[in-house]
Amino acid sequence: MSPTITTSSEANGNVSAATARAAAKAAATAELTGPQTITLAKALNTAMADAMHADPSVLVFGEDVGMLGGVFRITDGLTKTFGTSRCFDTPLAESGIVGMAVGMAMNGMRPVIEMQFDAFAYPAFEQIVSHVAKMHNRTKGAVKLPMVIRVPYAGGIGGVEHHCDSSEAYYAHTAGLKVFTPATVADGYRMLREAIDSDDPVMFMEPKKLYWSKDQVDLDALRAEHAANTERGMSSEGRAAVARPGTDATLIAYGPSVPTALAAAAAAAEEGRSLEVIDVRSIVPFDDETVCASVRKTGRAVVIAEAHGFASVASEIVARVQERCFHHLAAPIRRVTGFDVPYPAPKLEHYYLPGVDRILDAVDDLQWED
Amino acid sequence: MTISADHAAQQPATAEPGPAQATQPAGQQDPASEAVSKFGITVEDYMLPARHQIQMVGPDGTLNPHTEQGTQPGHEYRLPSEAELLAAYEQLVVGRRVNDQNSALVRQGRMAVYPSSHGQEACQVAAALCLAEGDWLFPTYRDSVAVMARGVDPVQTMTLFRGDWHGGYDPAKNKVGIQCTPLTTQLLHGVGVAHAAKLRGEDTVVLAMCGDGATSEGDFHEALNFAAVFHLPVVFFVQNNQYAISVPLAHQSVAPSLAHKAVGYGMAGERVDGNDVVALLAVLGRAVKLAREGSGPLLVEAHTYRMQAHTNADDATRYRQDSEVAEWVAKDPLSRMKTYLTDRGLLDDDRAAAIAEKAEAVATQLREGLGEEVPVEPQDLFKYVFSTPTPQLKEQSAMLADELARDAASTATEAGK
Repeated sequence: MSPTITTSSEANGNVSAATARAAAKAAATAELTGPQTITLAKALNTAMADAMHADPSVLVFGEDVGMLGGVFRITDGLTKTFGTSRCFDTPLAESGIVGMAVGMAMNGMRPVIEMQFDAFAYPAFEQIVSHVAKMHNRTKGAVKLPMVIRVPYAGGIGGVEHHCDSSEAYYAHTAGLKVFTPATVADGYRMLREAIDSDDPVMFMEPKKLYWSKDQVDLDALRAEHAANTERGMSSEGRAAVARPGTDATLIAYGPSVPTALAAAAAAAEEGRSLEVIDVRSIVPFDDETVCASVRKTGRAVVIAEAHGFASVASEIVARVQERCFHHLAAPIRRVTGFDVPYPAPKLEHYYLPGVDRILDAVDDLQWED
Repeated sequence: MTISADHAAQQPATAEPGPAQATQPAGQQDPASEAVSKFGITVEDYMLPARHQIQMVGPDGTLNPHTEQGTQPGHEYRLPSEAELLAAYEQLVVGRRVNDQNSALVRQGRMAVYPSSHGQEACQVAAALCLAEGDWLFPTYRDSVAVMARGVDPVQTMTLFRGDWHGGYDPAKNKVGIQCTPLTTQLLHGVGVAHAAKLRGEDTVVLAMCGDGATSEGDFHEALNFAAVFHLPVVFFVQNNQYAISVPLAHQSVAPSLAHKAVGYGMAGERVDGNDVVALLAVLGRAVKLAREGSGPLLVEAHTYRMQAHTNADDATRYRQDSEVAEWVAKDPLSRMKTYLTDRGLLDDDRAAAIAEKAEAVATQLREGLGEEVPVEPQDLFKYVFSTPTPQLKEQSAMLADELARDAASTATEAGK
């Protein structure tokens, strides 16, 4: 259950039950086809619905995901379409949700479960670290856990304490977990389908501030791409993307920081500097190849992430790039991350979050005069 | 205590019955009133354990009179068949031999550690024998004898404790979860297995085991509540062996009994003499039957005693008196069963010798299997982390392979000198 959080987003306000029901009804009746402008939330919702249509062993459960459709409405309409056996509410207990999903995955199901907020997933940490991550290894592959743990994460929505943590490093540090984080509407669909298809457990980190970002996508084309990839046994899983090509320096970002990095690149272009933006997409497995190819080309890099910088995914990326691209570097790699402080209260979060100016300052520091 | 048998009354009032019904977990009936109509007792009397623990055969090996077995209306138990009793006795003897053999192997340095269930063999055996072929067992690290009694190869069972991998058997093939170390986390896995089976319309029952100390864990609560809310066929079996390493039960819980916790979840609880395999077979057998018939989960607490230290690394004399241990020697599950079966004319010297021979064969299998030096494969480190190794794991695997190749080359050079 979510305490009241202060935000302008409609997802987090007090939405009446009637509004929720109307939304669910609309979702169930309006099949999305063809090119159209949709939100990341809708892309994720459609990915789950398509996966549930395709495979009866795909189940969705968690807190408030049933009739309400989730506090962010990501599971909107799924109970109505697929019934209470396929999408259902659980008691309010995160370890219970994850532990039960482990048993269901052991016994032929593909659970897609929701942790309501990043910091609400911590009661499930033992199940995730000691069992979700290790069952395949412990049993020498005899038991696979094809399960997805969806985590709305990171800040930027004016949320109160415990609603804005960037918890990806905890999971990325745990051997045996894949960690995906989409930054675009199309990737929301594409990557959630890939996560559900994965025979290994996936921590699916959803940047909650991007839930209501919109883009024009062709869902039919995405469905066709997924079908073709499935047939060929291929996917874009584990691959980073060049979100914006450039020549002078590389901005490496993921999840909620990708739009910020793109905005910084656009601002830099006005000043005559060409920045390439890499969207990491998959933290585990990490795409060294794409990231390093860009840095070898530009010779300069800044890593951007909302999480605290100390012992973070950003630190790991810097280390990996430095180990592989040292002789191509014209300057030390910089990090622009959250400060090493507990996630701040809503009125202070804009000081904390990596913004365009802080990114451009870091770019300016990349020893251009040498 | 007031418990409403009318669960519908506890649902939030709503003007629209449609959506409210949609939020009800699948298959949720009114288990309490169903059970009540089945047994003709109140819901309190159904869910609360009987006033006394169920005991059929006392420590001296004599059958208690029917009126002194602890039963009461709605908590009635039938004596298991002769065949069931003999099969259980055989497993008791094998289980004791396994415990003693494994402890010896640890002393000889052939096994890293062994948490012995010496003294708890009746619980171990009954937990395995009460299940049907398609059912699942979720054991803890102390339940090796239950795992073997369920049919898992003894040497595969001991792989975890030998130290060459974290598990040695295939859980799906054997329908036995890997012996679990983090307390009560496996109860939730049992709940999930039962839930998946129920959604597919299978009649699988899960028996999930834990100890008395483990009932303090959060996952104990979450597992029981989930099983109850989703009305799943899970039998939670608590072996109350009085100690969590050194801490006695009084420091874990001040509930009237651990079985009493059941009522808080809306499920039935029962207490049973954990050293009386006859009562255990009866109580667990009925619990499994009720679960399979759709009565929802049940909680069974067995009173037993860990006769030896927590593991070979523990020193039990620091926290308990020898006199207390001696009291439990007199309640031994094997000796009372031997007396009972002998007095009933079911066990003679020839049969006892045949059983002892079977037990010795398992001990020999363990000695031979664990005596062998099993070569470990360093590349296995990387092989099973994911279904397909990541590029990073491939790099690390190549690094280790290179290290080993250079080691081998320098060893060969040394040898050539």
